Amino acid sequence: MALDEIKIGGLGASRRRVEDNRFIRGKGNYIDDIALPGMLHMEILRSPLAHARIRSIDVSAAWAIPGVRMVLTGEMLAARNLAWMPTLSYDTQAVLATDKVRFQGQEVACVVADDPYIAKDGCEAIVVDYEPLPPIVNPSQAKAPDAPLIRDDKTGQDSNVVFDWEVGDREGTDRAFAGADVVSAIEMHYPRSHPSPIEACGSIADFNRATSKLTVYMTTQAPHIIRAAVALVAELPEHMIRIVSPDLGGGFGNKVPVYPGYVVSILASILLECPVKWIEDKSGNLISTGFGRDIYLKGEMALRSDGRMLGVRMHTDSDHGAFFSDAQPSKFKIGLMHSAFSCYDIPTAHLTAQGVYTNKAPGGVAYRCSFRVTEAMYFQERMVQAAAADLGMDQAEFRRINLVRDDDFPHRTPWGFLTDSGQYQKCLDLGLEAIGYEDFLAQKEEARQRGRLLGIGISTMTEPLGAGNSREYDILGIKMFDSAELKVHMTGKALLRTGAKTQGQGHETTWAQIVAHELGIPAEDVLVEEGDTDTAPFGMGTYASRSTPVAGAAVAMVSRKIRAKARKIAAHLLEVSEEDIEWELGRFSVRGAPDRGVTIQECAIAAYSNMPDGMEPGLENNAYYDPPNLTWPFACYIATVEVDPETGVWDVLRVVAVDDCGVRINPMIVEGQIMGGLTEAYAMANMQFITFDEDGNCIGSNYMDYLLPTAWETPGFELHEVVTPCPHHPIGAKGIGECATVGGPAAFVNAVIDAIGDAGVRNIDMPLLPDRVYEAITQGHDISGAPPVKTEP
Amino acid sequence: MYPSRFRYEAPSTVAEAIGLLAAADGEAKILAGGQSLIPMMKLRFAAPAMIVDINGIGGLNYHRADGDGTYRIGALCRHADLEKSASLGDHQPTIAAAAPVVADPLVRTRGTLVGSVCHADPQGDWASVMVSLEGAIVAQGPNGQRSIPVDDLIDGPFQTVLAADEIAVEAVVPAARGTRAGGYLKLERRVGDFATVGVAVSVEMSGDSVAKAGIGLTGVGPATINASGAAAALVGTSLEADAVDAAAQLAAEAAQPRSDHRGSADYKRHVVATFVRRIGAQIQRSEQKAA
Ligand SMILES: Cc1cc2nc3c(=O)[nH]c(=O)nc-3n(C[C@H](O)[C@H](O)[C@H](O)COP(=O)(O)OP(=O)(O)OC[C@H]3O[C@@H](n4cnc5c(N)ncnc54)[C@H](O)[C@@H]3O)c2cc1C
Repeated sequence: MALDEIKIGGLGASRRRVEDNRFIRGKGNYIDDIALPGMLHMEILRSPLAHARIRSIDVSAAWAIPGVRMVLTGEMLAARNLAWMPTLSYDTQAVLATDKVRFQGQEVACVVADDPYIAKDGCEAIVVDYEPLPPIVNPSQAKAPDAPLIRDDKTGQDSNVVFDWEVGDREGTDRAFAGADVVSAIEMHYPRSHPSPIEACGSIADFNRATSKLTVYMTTQAPHIIRAAVALVAELPEHMIRIVSPDLGGGFGNKVPVYPGYVVSILASILLECPVKWIEDKSGNLISTGFGRDIYLKGEMALRSDGRMLGVRMHTDSDHGAFFSDAQPSKFKIGLMHSAFSCYDIPTAHLTAQGVYTNKAPGGVAYRCSFRVTEAMYFQERMVQAAAADLGMDQAEFRRINLVRDDDFPHRTPWGFLTDSGQYQKCLDLGLEAIGYEDFLAQKEEARQRGRLLGIGISTMTEPLGAGNSREYDILGIKMFDSAELKVHMTGKALLRTGAKTQGQGHETTWAQIVAHELGIPAEDVLVEEGDTDTAPFGMGTYASRSTPVAGAAVAMVSRKIRAKARKIAAHLLEVSEEDIEWELGRFSVRGAPDRGVTIQECAIAAYSNMPDGMEPGLENNAYYDPPNLTWPFACYIATVEVDPETGVWDVLRVVAVDDCGVRINPMIVEGQIMGGLTEAYAMANMQFITFDEDGNCIGSNYMDYLLPTAWETPGFELHEVVTPCPHHPIGAKGIGECATVGGPAAFVNAVIDAIGDAGVRNIDMPLLPDRVYEAITQGHDISGAPPVKTEP
Repeated sequence: MYPSRFRYEAPSTVAEAIGLLAAADGEAKILAGGQSLIPMMKLRFAAPAMIVDINGIGGLNYHRADGDGTYRIGALCRHADLEKSASLGDHQPTIAAAAPVVADPLVRTRGTLVGSVCHADPQGDWASVMVSLEGAIVAQGPNGQRSIPVDDLIDGPFQTVLAADEIAVEAVVPAARGTRAGGYLKLERRVGDFATVGVAVSVEMSGDSVAKAGIGLTGVGPATINASGAAAALVGTSLEADAVDAAAQLAAEAAQPRSDHRGSADYKRHVVATFVRRIGAQIQRSEQKAA
């Protein structure tokens, strides 16, 4: 009798997360829980200024403090050729500043001491003599003719421009605009935000002189990449480096890059020959590590009067901070920005992009978004709303007539991606029905008569998740595939390891469910491990919603290899030929004689005790998976809001989400991902951003200024699903971790703009703070939120 | 985050605490709820040589009305005690309105009203509430007690006239001569956020006219603002729309906001006026209901 897949925790089971047991009991093992014998503690001294020349650094008072073991400066690192390190985008970044500081919060010196209090005292005792230079806090300042050169360390760099890049069909797009009935334009700034995992970054470097082995416990989403980077930067042999990424208190992209703190802790451990721990504080994390967004988006859409989209032009000006350290595939300078408008049937498009250096923290990481897709989809849906308004068309209807149809797949997007599946109209219809679209429009009109402002915002989008394929996607030349290794023990219990690294996504739960689905081994019998480079197979790590599409596929593929071997064992045990063996979940049987069968567990013991002649013993294997394409989930998010015209405060009335991420492995975890994403979307629309004043001071350096929403203000979410399996993924799954962060913000912003429609305002920059909304209502013009923030005494 | 080294003392009487403060020669800080002091210490904005933790001193966690209506709030009465108090709303509507919007639920279980007033943060909610009620702080030092009106206590941003060896043992709101009414409105970006703008309006009604009024403003100046001119404009009125509007304008003028990432000075002034109007209307509605 076949097993009940839900009962064994297979595909579709909303199994409780196994990792939560230790997390909620305080039994997790985070970086700061780890203590090694003889361990010292490191603290970082950061620059108070955004741009300044370092005249001198006097560390003598720090050395004099009892308990201080070492003081490290840029000069000391330079002597070892370690003052600069490579970034993920072929640039260089200062480890400790030598010549200049280039952003507020930049690492200037490190103190290693017996405890972190002494290390902090040591930092306070260091005297740095700075000569202030004019700070640059936005692209227009960076490009001004008399702008100071930020990267004067780079030979051949004579401006603050990092790159110019373009993609698409310029002439075809020009023709589309020439033939347009209506041209609609919009521009906006997507503010700098920060992934802000609740646990900041940290490392414990432990170099053992006797064995020459370096072990580094480190908060990283991509341990294998880090091992390679450490081998290259520290010039150590790769097999003598072990990176262990323990339980992570969130990542959201923040824990992909290499940070100076990691590097200096490693050097300090090598020099001092004892373990050195560095635990970043919250402000250090917010002001110096990988941010998201900070980009100026503008563009226009060519339209036919009947509502068809004919073409799109887009330009982006991105602010990368002092070092170009974006985490993105190396082929694409502005990530996957050109995935914008992929869900719409648009014949042609053209994108130009320019990036600049500024005196701000570096690191345009993908904050819960697949390589700039958040900005792409935000622009797309804001543009779509503006275009519908210009055409005088209903915004739902405008989307409906332009969405790619179900029978149009595979569909070539305007910038050349290939989408392969979806039921876009169905998702939109489901969303409109759930929110009660027509009723709401009537209610809104009625409220308007009484001076109340209600609004509805829609955001529909498909996004590319799950890089690679390896033809197009690499980071620093390393192709973006992934791997899994499965060992089935003789009692039928199993150990699964992958090259991904969970940080809240629940891999320990869902990977076991894939094994259960493929092999019929109950999920609870499968132990999942990740994060230790000495034991886990190579992989590119977890970010950009790539784990289920890539590593998850590898889990299915390795399970299938195991099944293929088990089938041979079953044939041997049942004394029939392999062709006469049939598979049902968890069991092989003889064709035509279903009573004669063996379970997968019986095959497992036989692999160690009774294998066929000539068969290699054991039941273990691994699989590397290089996906043929990205996966393309689709989402329709709809929000309704009420705006208080007297204060500009807006409240969310309802949020409806329709997600199609293909086959759902663990529906509960998928829903958790969507709710988390919508919460962050709401945060970005409503409150969350980092800005800078004229002097380059970071505003958003702690949780009083950098606002994360709490349970009190986060609205409730109503979730719906449509399932269109991914045609190329082994179990039909698509990425989901980031859909709601990517598609969500535009729904909220579109709703507010809709509510204040009478003011004639096209755009208010996020976050839609009450004062911005109030100014838009009363002044009737677009509101820019770009830095520097305007202050007056 | 790691504060500088400090000595920690936990006296069990007020006298003992005053002795420790006096001996520390200005280098000691009182620790009440710790919700302002500890964040400053961990950022090393404050580095006191000694902490005098008053949480072990008995008998300071009260809030009660005397027979004559004088209202007393002890130094260890937490924001949450006020928030949950069943009797408070009838006696002190402005305090009752403010208690649930100070900080977040976690902070409210520790933070104290007296500590908040002594901290003199221009964005602190309680000082405006107390100013609107003509409240005072009772300070106790080596030479006994003195009463200081909150309006006089606050000397500037994060500055009070308390001597280094004085402890504020309670906050006092004088008895009302008429029926108390009032409200507190706060514009915050999120629960747990300090006020972008906060407005406290307290009135004492005699029949349907205002016998006494106070207006305190949070977050719109270098210190808590006593908008006494605006409050005076309410006295003698029945809180009709015109009268409240005039007071609202005066309150907006009394505000001294600066433009920053929370909004322009003009916007903040506008919100001050809006909030005065809204509280005025609220009071009038509830008066009408009562009548
Ligand atoms: C996340 C967060 C959000 C917050 N949001 C708000 C908010 O929205 N609105 C708001 O008003 N406050 C807010 N606060 C501050 C909070 O209300 C504090 O509780 C309050 O400001 C100080 O009270 P405390 O008892 O914690 O004082 P402590 O932190 O213990 O002390 C504060 C200062 O007052 C002195 N002090 C304390 N008690 C006495 C005394 N009896 N006599 C003399 N001096 C004394 C101390 O020495 C210290 O200098 C917030 C705090 C946090 C951490």
